[in-house]
Amino acid sequence: MSSTTASKTLQAILPGDFSNEDFRRAKLAEIDASCRTPVLFFFVSGLLWLLAGTLFALVASIKLHTPGFLAGWESLTFGIVRTVHLNTVVYGFCSQAAVGVAIWLMCRLCRVPLVAPGIVTVANLFYNVGVTVGIGGILAGDSTGIEWLEMPRYATPILFVSYALIAVWTIITFRLRAERHLYVSQWYLLAAVLWFPWLYGTAQVMLIVEPVRGVVQAAVNWWFAHNVLGLWFTPIGLAAIYYFIPKVIGRPIHSYYLSVLGFWSLALFYNWNGMHHLVGGPLPAWMITVSIVASVMMLIPVLTVAINHHSTMIGHFGKLRHSPTLRFIVFGAVSYTLASLQGVLSALRSFSEVAHFTHHTVAHAHLGMYAFFAMVMFGSMYYILPRITGREWPSNALISVHFWGVAIGIVLYVVVLSAAGLQQGRMMNDPTVKFLDVVKFTIPYLQIRTVSGLLLALGHAAFVVNFGWLLVRMFAPYRKPVVSILAGAEIASPSGK
Amino acid sequence: MSYGPLLFLGILFTLASSWVGLVLMPQRQLGALGQHTDTNTAAVYPQARAGEAQQGAEHYRALGCVYCHTQQVRPEGYGADIARGWGRRRTVSRDYIHDKPVMLGTMRTGPDLTNIGERQSDYSWHYKHLYNPQITSAGSVMPPYPFLFETRPIGPMGPSTNALALEGAFAPAPGHEVVPTLRARQLVEYLRSLKSSGDLPEAPVKKEEAQ
Repeated sequence: MSSTTASKTLQAILPGDFSNEDFRRAKLAEIDASCRTPVLFFFVSGLLWLLAGTLFALVASIKLHTPGFLAGWESLTFGIVRTVHLNTVVYGFCSQAAVGVAIWLMCRLCRVPLVAPGIVTVANLFYNVGVTVGIGGILAGDSTGIEWLEMPRYATPILFVSYALIAVWTIITFRLRAERHLYVSQWYLLAAVLWFPWLYGTAQVMLIVEPVRGVVQAAVNWWFAHNVLGLWFTPIGLAAIYYFIPKVIGRPIHSYYLSVLGFWSLALFYNWNGMHHLVGGPLPAWMITVSIVASVMMLIPVLTVAINHHSTMIGHFGKLRHSPTLRFIVFGAVSYTLASLQGVLSALRSFSEVAHFTHHTVAHAHLGMYAFFAMVMFGSMYYILPRITGREWPSNALISVHFWGVAIGIVLYVVVLSAAGLQQGRMMNDPTVKFLDVVKFTIPYLQIRTVSGLLLALGHAAFVVNFGWLLVRMFAPYRKPVVSILAGAEIASPSGK
Repeated sequence: MSYGPLLFLGILFTLASSWVGLVLMPQRQLGALGQHTDTNTAAVYPQARAGEAQQGAEHYRALGCVYCHTQQVRPEGYGADIARGWGRRRTVSRDYIHDKPVMLGTMRTGPDLTNIGERQSDYSWHYKHLYNPQITSAGSVMPPYPFLFETRPIGPMGPSTNALALEGAFAPAPGHEVVPTLRARQLVEYLRSLKSSGDLPEAPVKKEEAQ
């Protein structure tokens, strides 16, 4: 290329002109570099909390079939250790992974570098101080006793500052966007960062700062707890799926109109679902009925999104063999469909009569939070980390151990506890069966749950080792990368052997 | 759909709808619910908890009892809550007006405790059960709470009157006794205070059973 044509080409490039390949690549590199520090902070601290949460999960799981295990330690009694597990994995890992993914996705889709990334890093520090204080408080016996909101009141304002900073920074990035067209993932991301502080603020004020009276607490509690899943984790998970499936397989999303329908029907119906956690409970029937109706209406967004995601994949399943990102993301997308359908079923009065109060609910929670959300986050990290660090994943074998460990582990978990929970519910609803016999019936299944927990722990360990290795490489001299392709690696090296 | 303000308003209004419907409306309907005074007997229900029982509620909360025990009785014909003897009537909103926090629970790894004070009022049963559930309920998966008890040498005055009557494998070393700490006593007072069976117009107790 002569110098005159080169300067002409440069003049032709306007800010945000992504039709020029060189400009496009330079811009993406700039965006990725701007996200590097804050996103790494969120991912690294998230994974440390995941390790802690996995350990607490194993202790809790063992305790539920062998109650004498570590029984003398007050801070590790089942009621505390189970709560610490929930809070470490939900607020420590899932939320931090979500924020890391959300920030990177927002910058990429808006085609602007992150402004003042230091502020987001500060938000991360606040966040981790908040979670540490909160977990310490629960261990010390200061749990609020309100499900999904156990962190004591002296920890939550620190977290709120962090959430507010993240929301403001996401909105600023959105406002500065160089790309005027909005992709479906951006709708979900924007919604999630606006919804969450509202939910969290309402719940904190009405339950902890100035508690409302009686069962109104239960209503606010489940309005919040269900919406954390539906309006915080789900939108960020769906945003990632909507981004990564088309990105990895190189094909646009199946239908734009289904995306619109899926988004607005989720926004309309999901936030009315919460009271289905209280079917049969001491609340006015209208509240529970409204939530059951809204839960059934969830079939619209769930099926719409399912058709949209899975139809995009049709004809490209062969790529699951090669791409670690696609494997985790598609596993998550399928789990989202299944978890949502199970959720609709569980909301029905006749089904709830059996499944409510049993391990079926525990299995459902893990199908949603882990098999859907955590898997999507893993898949996103496999894509994002090489791009922000400029290094490929060091070990494909460790990626395989991660995938198969957690995939087999979570399938075993959900299938076994879903089935055992239904039988547990049937036995409890038969007054001729002694309660202790119901307890004894569940023990073998709880032991299988510990086995599945060990598989999950193995997968997490493989991931963390690979991640740590990648970070070490990030600070080492650049070496020619080996691309992370799990099978058929020969097609990955175009230059040949 | 690339129009930012429309997206923003939609996001705002959708959540506002359920905030009004599931947060504000319940608060309007139930936020000021008070005690009921029976016009015939002048009995007031529900009564606030006495001091020790109220302190016991704090231990129930801190130790996470709510994750395995519910405090809600479902209506007759829906599940077997009443058939199992967990209550004489379903529980209703008014039963919970004094609870902070309300601990309805979502899991029954263990039985419902709405009326445990009525079903089991024996102090020594509760102490033994908390010290080690295997003493009273062999095969249970409930954790033991040895840290709510003190194992100490028997003093010169002889065994304490509070000492647990433990036998066999559960007995302490010879010359020692196991006594409940203040926390154990408060927790048991709380458990014994759990009774939600007052006769209410919205949830009448069946007359033949009430007597």
